[in-house]
Amino acid sequence: MTNFFNTTVGLPYGWAWFIATIAGILLIALPLMLAVAMIIYADRKIWAAMALRRGPNVVGPFGLLQSFADGLKVFLQETIIPSAANRGLFLLAPIITFTVALIVWAVIPFSPGAVLADINVGLLYVLAASSLGVYGIILSGWASNSKYPFYSALRAAAQMVSYEVSVGFVLITVVLWSGSFNLSQIVESQRGYYGILNGHGFNPLLFPMSIVFLISAMAETGRAPFDLTEAESELVAGYQTEYSSMSFALFWLGEYANVILMCTLTATLFWGGWLPPVDLPIFYIVPGFIWLFLKMLFGFFVFSWVKATVPRYRYDQLMRLGWKVFLPLSLFWVFMISGVLMFMRVGTGGPVAAPTVAAASAPAVRS
Amino acid sequence: MIQAIAFYLFAAVVVISAALTISSRNPVHSVMWLILAFFNGAGLMVLVGAEFIAMLLVIVYVGAVAVLFLFVVMMLDIEVAEVRAGVARYFGFGLLIAAALFAEIVFYAYGAVGTGSLQLAQRVAPINNAVPNINAIGQLLYTRYIFIFEAAGLVLLVAMIGAIVLTHRERGGTRYQNISRQNARRPEDATRNTQPTVGQGVQL
Repeated sequence: MTNFFNTTVGLPYGWAWFIATIAGILLIALPLMLAVAMIIYADRKIWAAMALRRGPNVVGPFGLLQSFADGLKVFLQETIIPSAANRGLFLLAPIITFTVALIVWAVIPFSPGAVLADINVGLLYVLAASSLGVYGIILSGWASNSKYPFYSALRAAAQMVSYEVSVGFVLITVVLWSGSFNLSQIVESQRGYYGILNGHGFNPLLFPMSIVFLISAMAETGRAPFDLTEAESELVAGYQTEYSSMSFALFWLGEYANVILMCTLTATLFWGGWLPPVDLPIFYIVPGFIWLFLKMLFGFFVFSWVKATVPRYRYDQLMRLGWKVFLPLSLFWVFMISGVLMFMRVGTGGPVAAPTVAAASAPAVRS
Repeated sequence: MIQAIAFYLFAAVVVISAALTISSRNPVHSVMWLILAFFNGAGLMVLVGAEFIAMLLVIVYVGAVAVLFLFVVMMLDIEVAEVRAGVARYFGFGLLIAAALFAEIVFYAYGAVGTGSLQLAQRVAPINNAVPNINAIGQLLYTRYIFIFEAAGLVLLVAMIGAIVLTHRERGGTRYQNISRQNARRPEDATRNTQPTVGQGVQL
């Protein structure tokens, strides 16, 4: 896109780059907001279907405009700031949640080359940005100066930091197998399992990690069955209790944008991203971003399915799952994957000559 | 041009937020300013091409360390008078540390001025674009500095175990859950269906 503004429109390179980047950001953020609105509708419909209800069906055809009606209603409400609240941080918290949910999308590749920032440390950027999500919740809980939001903030801090660890290890296994931190290269490295399937998830060694990642993603985003931060039977609405109007809507949008992001990451890391699941020429007729979108939708269906069917975890069970099950399992998996890769790529022929720096810079080739 | 603007922006925010970290009265605000300083420090590192270190700074310090700071600080109820007394007590020691840090800055600036401009440019931004950061660091850490690296890992492990040993205390009479026993328990073990006749009630 920079080239288009540079040569066709005739702007100097700096300005062309600037405008192209702004256009890219809008091109990602605006459809994302629309997707959030529709995915909230989809979530409610799936949930309703599993509970044998109809779900939203009044506003617009099949209730499709329900989210927009909700958004409008929230927009027209009054913003209430509790008098004892810490004003600045109270208003900053939802902004942090919402922003953090958006910035990760900069490194997600939608189809070959269609990525806003194709950086070498893409996956580390994802980890860094997603580790910020906890601040929105902690700050909202503390700044509300109210008991239930504060409990919720403490729970959220412990929960998110715990599951961050195992998510990190799962990502390391994928990085080891793909030989790169760049998300585009990770997607490319998933071609041709058994000569016909695309996706690390079809690898029996990496499949368990995809499950661990999916469950950890639910805990990271605070979705059911790990929604202890907003457990309505114990904490009213958790950290959102004191919020109203647009500050509440930002939490709402941020939460669903995060859920979509986690589904997209699962698709990108384990199920081949923009690649079609079956590696035959006929499937490449469908554009890459459609495949990514379909995989994301399937991931979201699983999220909704779990939300509709699984009861909420107890807090000690949540901590036990994170620290005593997922952490040892994913740590062991990192060791095992490294061993397997060492065996496959280096072999058992003893030490080899140390590779030079130039050789190390070449992209790793999967054997 | 854009790099210069970005540098001065990041650098200014680092200095200002660091000053606000130590001068703001609310400890939670202090932590927030500290996080802002970390962020802009990471931005400076991205500018010189050390993106790996920048990401690690955000992941480790902002994502984990500062969360724990915030966790602790949120629950404190700090008396300003006590803090004032503490300042008087530790003033000399703090001055010593400040002097040491200032001396380091002076030495560094002196060394930078003393070298030629080309060397200075290399020292400020030693970028080799052909090799990604991660590969370059890995090449050094796992070959030339392998023993120091492993030793650092060992020190961290010992520190971690030490922290756990120091804070762990046995409480008498704690009843622990046996998870496998909880999972193995079935409804049939705990309940029974009875059909009592009218007027008889249930035998317990």
